[in-house]
Amino acid sequence: MWSSYLYVAQRLTAFVLAPLVLVHLALIVFAVQDGLSAAEILGRTRGSLGWGCFYGIFVVAAAIHAAIGMRSVAAEFLRWRGWGLEASATCFGLSLIVLGARAVAAVVL
Amino acid sequence: MNRADDTLAVEIWKGGTDGRLAAFEVPLRANQTVLDVVTWVQRHRDPALAYRFACRVGMCGSCAMTVNGKPRWTCRTHVAKVAVERHLTIEPLRNLPVIKDLACDMTVFFEKWQAARGRFEGRTTRHDEVVQLAPDTPARVAIDAGIECINCAVCYAACDVVAWKPDYLGPAALNRAWTLQNDTRDAGQEARLAAVAGDAGCHNCHSLQGCVAHCPKALNPTAAIAGLKRAVFRAALSGDL
Ligand code: SF4
Ligand code: SF4
Ligand code: FES
Repeated sequence: MWSSYLYVAQRLTAFVLAPLVLVHLALIVFAVQDGLSAAEILGRTRGSLGWGCFYGIFVVAAAIHAAIGMRSVAAEFLRWRGWGLEASATCFGLSLIVLGARAVAAVVL
Repeated sequence: MNRADDTLAVEIWKGGTDGRLAAFEVPLRANQTVLDVVTWVQRHRDPALAYRFACRVGMCGSCAMTVNGKPRWTCRTHVAKVAVERHLTIEPLRNLPVIKDLACDMTVFFEKWQAARGRFEGRTTRHDEVVQLAPDTPARVAIDAGIECINCAVCYAACDVVAWKPDYLGPAALNRAWTLQNDTRDAGQEARLAAVAGDAGCHNCHSLQGCVAHCPKALNPTAAIAGLKRAVFRAALSGDL
């Protein structure tokens, strides 16, 4: 039953990620095409609640989504089961959140 | 190769899991099936060769083997369709323990049908009226799409997820569960949904359709499993799981 709820969580985070990824990709293209410098980008993101929320949600959704996916990969290819698998997947997800949060803080704060 | 034009080079698995291929030369015949080839070898070359069949007309599901690397029902697979340069390799089905030669132990396969609660659970007695099922309702159409399964385990052998995760219930059991989830006469749907939502259940499927590509009855277990996933998703969101 546990993995059914993980399945649901992975699908729900996918719904959240789909539009966010599209905006993120469009943003990259826009920034590169427009030749925005790092300073110009930071000028727009620093102190912006909107971008903070956008990438904050992005990081949380991506961490949950990826951790559940990596858990399946480990279960299938390494034949890994039990608490070690759950603990490793959780640690992986948490480290993605920490790394992502650092990146968001660096451009928003 | 200096083999006569009217013969087939056949390699057949001999022994248990740690067995090996044995080579035979078998006369080529018109309209010959792979099961005919195996039977010829047993009658004329190797009386101890173990294999299974019953109906020989694609109904019983007992004759499945791996033919040139692919799982197939051998009684309805013509040699002409699968032989490569008049060569055949015949091995037992994948993903099941080998008992001897071409005979697999199907116990796990059938236990998984039970684990997925792939059996009808009635709610009426012989004293009640027979329930009418209109043939054109969506539920009945969904049942029709999956009901012709002959339990041959070809899909089970084709499924990579079963190979990676041996406790996965697999396409056949889940396909059967889906037909019963659509059966308005069935009383076991809540327990069945919980069974297919378990850790060995439907969400393990990667939807790559190896089962669909190989099912000799042209069924679509992937679509059935997708139906179960939707049902589990809805039940989990509404707290009914
Ligand atoms: S679609 Fe699902 S059940 Fe079918 S072979 Fe692939 S993983 Fe197995
Ligand atoms: S779904 Fe198809 S391949 Fe699988 S057991 Fe049934 S008939 Fe055989
Ligand atoms: S012998 Fe019955 S299906 Fe092939």
